[in-house]
Amino acid sequence: MHAPVAPVREPLIEGHKSYHNITEDLCAPTEKAPSLSWIIAFVISVATMTFGLFALAWTIWFGIGSWNLNRTIGWGYDITNFVWWIGIGHAGTLISAILLLFRQKWRTGVNRAAEAMTIFAVVCAGMFPATHTGRPWFDFFMFPYPNTRGPLWVNFNSPLLWDLFAISTYFTVSLLFWYTGLVPDFATVRDRAVGFRKKLYNILSFGWTGSAKHWQRWEALSLVLAGLATPLVLSVHTIVSFDFATSVIPGWHTTIFPPYFVAGAIFSGFAMVQTLMIITRKILNLQEYITINHIESMNKVILLTGTIVGVAYLTELFIAWYSGYLYEQFAFFNRAMGIYWWSYFGMMACNVLSPQIFWVKKYRRSIYITFLMSIFVNIGMWFERFVIIATTLARDYLPSSWSYYTPTWVEIGIYIGTLGIFFTLYLLFTRLAPVVAVAEVKHILKSAGDQYIGERAKGSQGSESIHESAH
Amino acid sequence: MSQHTKEVFFGLYNDEEDLIHAIEEANAQHLDIMDVYTPFPVHGLDKVMHLEESRLHIAGFVFGSLGFLTAFGFMTWVSVRDWPTIFGGKPYWSVPAFIPITFELTVLFAAIGMVVSFYTVCGLGPGVSNPVLDERITDDKFCIAFETSNADLDALKAFFAKTGAGEVHTKTI
Repeated sequence: MHAPVAPVREPLIEGHKSYHNITEDLCAPTEKAPSLSWIIAFVISVATMTFGLFALAWTIWFGIGSWNLNRTIGWGYDITNFVWWIGIGHAGTLISAILLLFRQKWRTGVNRAAEAMTIFAVVCAGMFPATHTGRPWFDFFMFPYPNTRGPLWVNFNSPLLWDLFAISTYFTVSLLFWYTGLVPDFATVRDRAVGFRKKLYNILSFGWTGSAKHWQRWEALSLVLAGLATPLVLSVHTIVSFDFATSVIPGWHTTIFPPYFVAGAIFSGFAMVQTLMIITRKILNLQEYITINHIESMNKVILLTGTIVGVAYLTELFIAWYSGYLYEQFAFFNRAMGIYWWSYFGMMACNVLSPQIFWVKKYRRSIYITFLMSIFVNIGMWFERFVIIATTLARDYLPSSWSYYTPTWVEIGIYIGTLGIFFTLYLLFTRLAPVVAVAEVKHILKSAGDQYIGERAKGSQGSESIHESAH
Repeated sequence: MSQHTKEVFFGLYNDEEDLIHAIEEANAQHLDIMDVYTPFPVHGLDKVMHLEESRLHIAGFVFGSLGFLTAFGFMTWVSVRDWPTIFGGKPYWSVPAFIPITFELTVLFAAIGMVVSFYTVCGLGPGVSNPVLDERITDDKFCIAFETSNADLDALKAFFAKTGAGEVHTKTI
């Protein structure tokens, strides 16, 4: 029934699981009382979120004068954090959509959590454009709505408007894709629950029965949504990069930005997936579903995209020199050797040099090194955006207006607050929904379970194939 | 939901391969299967059950085209007819600048349209609760269900016994 699996493939589900074991293991976290570590993490996350909301309220009350932006540096922490969060969101769609099209079975272990992460990251990202004007009650001005001023429409030639459409579409499509995948698993939880939880999951599961026709349509829908989400995820960070690339600022005005931003986004997204998954698999006891093989696969993606980003950095430097254009040359000299030299070197060390450690298989399969590296990459990618934004603006055409930017406590507070929002939502998600896609893991059991393939399979793979060819 | 109840006679299998063989056997015996329920998508079911390929992708294309026309048509109308404005010395009808939003709305309309179509044709949605034949169908049991009203019960019992159903039940839904 299942297509033969190459003997080099390593099992993705360990522990000789039956279908029922999978249901038990993956639904258990939503059914037990929260562990002490969960409660501590939740309290810390809510506290950070509250601080962030306070800083946000401060901004709205006193205006964006409470930020340290100035005439020269008009974009600072807000846009840096916006791009950072959007980038983090990219891994979820990559795992769920692109790896579905490529038929990569290891996606089933991490796709659910990664998609949830995408949605929460986009929520955090969206806060910055929504509030950076200091007047969020005028946000509806961004949409083309019939108004009494003509009507005067929005500027459809502006990349900032494209960005609004890209982010809103991305959020909506990711949410629909994620929820449609969740419906059968909510039904599994519903059929095990009693009392109030049964009522809750009855609503969430939309009356799912598991009918063969519904499954067929569900798979058709997933496939087409994956096909739509694949160009979408590439378009989102491309359009984010247009915010910079279509301007005439030296250091921003480059055609390399779209592919370089997309690679960087996938890079940082996978790093955040690693950070979360390493903690999640430990706390929720999911080591048999999110195995070292999953972690190694993601480390390979990190190595590849990190190297692409490195090539992009070097290409930028080369082109700046080769262009013979003085302002461009100065912009890049300033990045590496100017007042913000430390952020450039932080970016280079974290994003380009440190992932090279993953050429060594031993390190790719080490949990501690992976965790440490994922933090490095998150820091490095934050620095990248800061380098592109603040460093470039700090030294503009007119030396008399050169400036320096350091964030105020309000800006730092909002940033920390978004981390709080992100982790609060993620922790709630781990309580409410199965963190690993139950039905999809069952679907790959017979081609990826360790009792069917790999060294510990009943009747090793080699002898079985000889046996079959003898017929 | 329909008010009239019906009696359902169903068997539960422990493995998807047994299920496929059982359906093939049911086809051979010309038994009229009401529905088959599985805990995860079982490939090959559509073939043995003679399910037609889903037409959801057509809905996706239609809604996507609608999104494309909406976005491109609206931006054209705004820029050429309603309030022509020159941005950066470009023509009013600056097609390359319209591509990103046109693309995004194509994807958005296609995705929303397909998801809504999916839940509508499946009869699923918030607030819908369909009868559950057995609570283990979403766990590890594979179910073939027959309506008893138009079937020979003894033939069905013999069929389930022959194809190795682990359990057989009757339920009024």
